[in-house]
Amino acid sequence: MRVSMDIELKDIPGQLLLALKPVSEFKGNLISVVHHHEKRTPRGTIPVQIVFETKPENLNNIISKLEESDIGIARIDEKRYFEHGAVILIGHIVHTDIQDTIDTIDNTGYAEVVDLNLSMPKINTPSSASLKIDAVSKAHLESAIELLKDIASKKDLLVVEPIKSELGVI
Amino acid sequence: MKTVRMSIIGFGAVGQGVARVLIDKKEYLEAVGLDFRVVAIADSRTAAIDKNGVDLTAILYRKQTEGIVGPEKVTGLEIIKEIDHELVIETTPTDIVTGGAGLENMLMAFKHGRDVVTSNKGPLAMKYAELMEAADEGDSRFRFEATVGGAMPVLNLAKDALAGNTITNVEGIFNGTCNYILSRMMEEHAPYDQMLAEAQELGFAETDPTYDVEGIDTACKMVILANCIFGMNATHEDVTVTGITKITPEALLLAQNDGYVIKLIGEVNDSMINVGPKLVPVDHPLAVGGSLNVASLQTDLSGPVTVTGRGAGSIETASAILSDMISIYRE
Ligand SMILES: NC(=O)c1ccc[n+]([C@@H]2O[C@H](COP(=O)([O-])OP(=O)(O)OC[C@H]3O[C@@H](n4cnc5c(N)ncnc54)[C@H](OP(=O)(O)O)[C@@H]3O)[C@@H](O)[C@H]2O)c1
Repeated sequence: MRVSMDIELKDIPGQLLLALKPVSEFKGNLISVVHHHEKRTPRGTIPVQIVFETKPENLNNIISKLEESDIGIARIDEKRYFEHGAVILIGHIVHTDIQDTIDTIDNTGYAEVVDLNLSMPKINTPSSASLKIDAVSKAHLESAIELLKDIASKKDLLVVEPIKSELGVI
Repeated sequence: MKTVRMSIIGFGAVGQGVARVLIDKKEYLEAVGLDFRVVAIADSRTAAIDKNGVDLTAILYRKQTEGIVGPEKVTGLEIIKEIDHELVIETTPTDIVTGGAGLENMLMAFKHGRDVVTSNKGPLAMKYAELMEAADEGDSRFRFEATVGGAMPVLNLAKDALAGNTITNVEGIFNGTCNYILSRMMEEHAPYDQMLAEAQELGFAETDPTYDVEGIDTACKMVILANCIFGMNATHEDVTVTGITKITPEALLLAQNDGYVIKLIGEVNDSMINVGPKLVPVDHPLAVGGSLNVASLQTDLSGPVTVTGRGAGSIETASAILSDMISIYRE
C-alpha cells in the first residue's frame, strides 16, 4: 500500500536520515520526500512529507520505529487502492462461477473487483462481462490481471486486458 | 546513372504493384540516378526474360488477360540461379509451414550473391537466422520492410530514422482484416460471423480467413520484429497467440462504455512476443479504425513514436519494396 505521512523533524543535523531509515529497514519503497526547510511548525520543528510504498503488515513497525527515534508524526494517510483497471471477460462466465473468479481477486489483499457488468445475449451463447479492478499499485494491478488470466484459462474464458502502455508498465 | 538488373519472382498483387510503381516512378528514379532494369519476371507457371529489360506494361497486360507472364517455361528458382542480375524481388505466397518457394528463392539468391527485397513473411518468420547467415555469406543485402506493416514503415523507422535509440517495446495493430472486422462489429453492433462475411465480400478478408483472424499473420510480423529489432532468434511458434473469433458485440459495447475499443494487438519486447485482443482507450494513438495498421515504438531517447498507415494493398506494399530498393542502391 501507499502511505503518505507528515512528520516533524527537530532542527538538528541527521534528522531526515533518521526518519527515512525505518522505511528502508522494513523494505518500504520511498516515493517522495518534500522537505520544507524554511518552514517551521508552531513547535519549532521542520515539517516534512514523505510518501512510500510498503507491505501493510510493516506499517506499524515503521510507525513504532519513528516514535522510538522521537520523530513526531502529524498525519498518516494510507490510500490502499491507487490504480484502476478494466478488463473484459468473454465465455461461459456465470456457469463457471463468477463469484469464485471475483473472490480470487478480492482475496489477494492487494486488489479488488469493484464493478461488474454482465451481458448475456442468449442462453448457451457466450456472455461478456466488464470487470473494474482497483489495486494498490500498477504492479499489483498487473499481477491481479495475470491472476485473472490464470483462472480464466482454466475456465476457458477469454480475458481482454488493457494494452501495456495503458497499464503504465512500459 | 546506376543500372540495377533485377527479377520479380511472384507476380500477384504485390509483384504487379512493383511493376506498376517502376513504370510510374521512372522519372523520379532517374532523377535519383537509378535505373532498375527488370530482366526477368516469374509467376507459378511461366516466365518472361529479356536481358535488355522486359516490357513491364505488356507483361502486366498479359498477366491480366491471359493469367500468365510470358512464354518461357522457366521457374523463378532457375531464373535466380542462372540469369545474371543483382536484385531479386521475392513476392511469392507466404508459407509458414516450410517457408515455401520463398525460402528456396532467397537462399538461392544469396548463394549467387544477389540482393533480396521481399514482402514474403514466411521464410523470415521460420528461418530468420539461417537467412541472415546466408545473406552475410553471399555478401548480399537483404531488406524486408514490406513484410511487417505494408506501407507503414516500422523496420526502417526503427533501424534508420530512430538510429541511436534503444527500442524497448513495440505494440500495434498489424492486420487490416482483423481491424476492419472489429471496427465494423462495433459500429454495427453485429456478430463476428456477419462482419467476417462482409469483409470477405469487400475483399478485406480471404476466403479462408484463418491466417488473419486467428492472429497468425500478426504473430509472424511480431517474430520478424523480435528478430530484427530485438535480436532474438524466434519463430512463430514462440508467440502466444489469441485471435478475434471469440469477440462478441456485447464485449465491444461493454468496452465502449468504459472508454475502450477492442483491437487485435501484437506486442514484442526483448522478453516476450504476444498477440491477442486488447483494450485500447478510445483516445489512444493505437485506436485507429477501418482497416488501418498502427505501430507504437517505445524508445529510450524519444519516448513513444507512433506511425499509422495502410498495412496491405498492391501499390502500398510495392511502395515499401521500392523504398527498400532505393535505400540499397542510392549512394
Ligand atoms: N497483398 C498484400 O497486400 C500483401 C501485403 C504485405 C505482404 N504480402 C506478402 O507478399 C507476398 C505476395 O502477396 P500477393 O498478395 O501478391 O500474393 P498473390 O497475389 O497470391 O501472388 C503470388 C504470386 O506468386 C506466384 N507464385 C506462386 N508460387 C510461385 C513459385 N514457386 N515461383 C514463382 N512464383 C510463384 C503466383 O503465381 P500465379 O500468378 O501463377 O498464381 C502469384 O503470381 C505474400 O508472401 C504475401 O504474404 C502481401
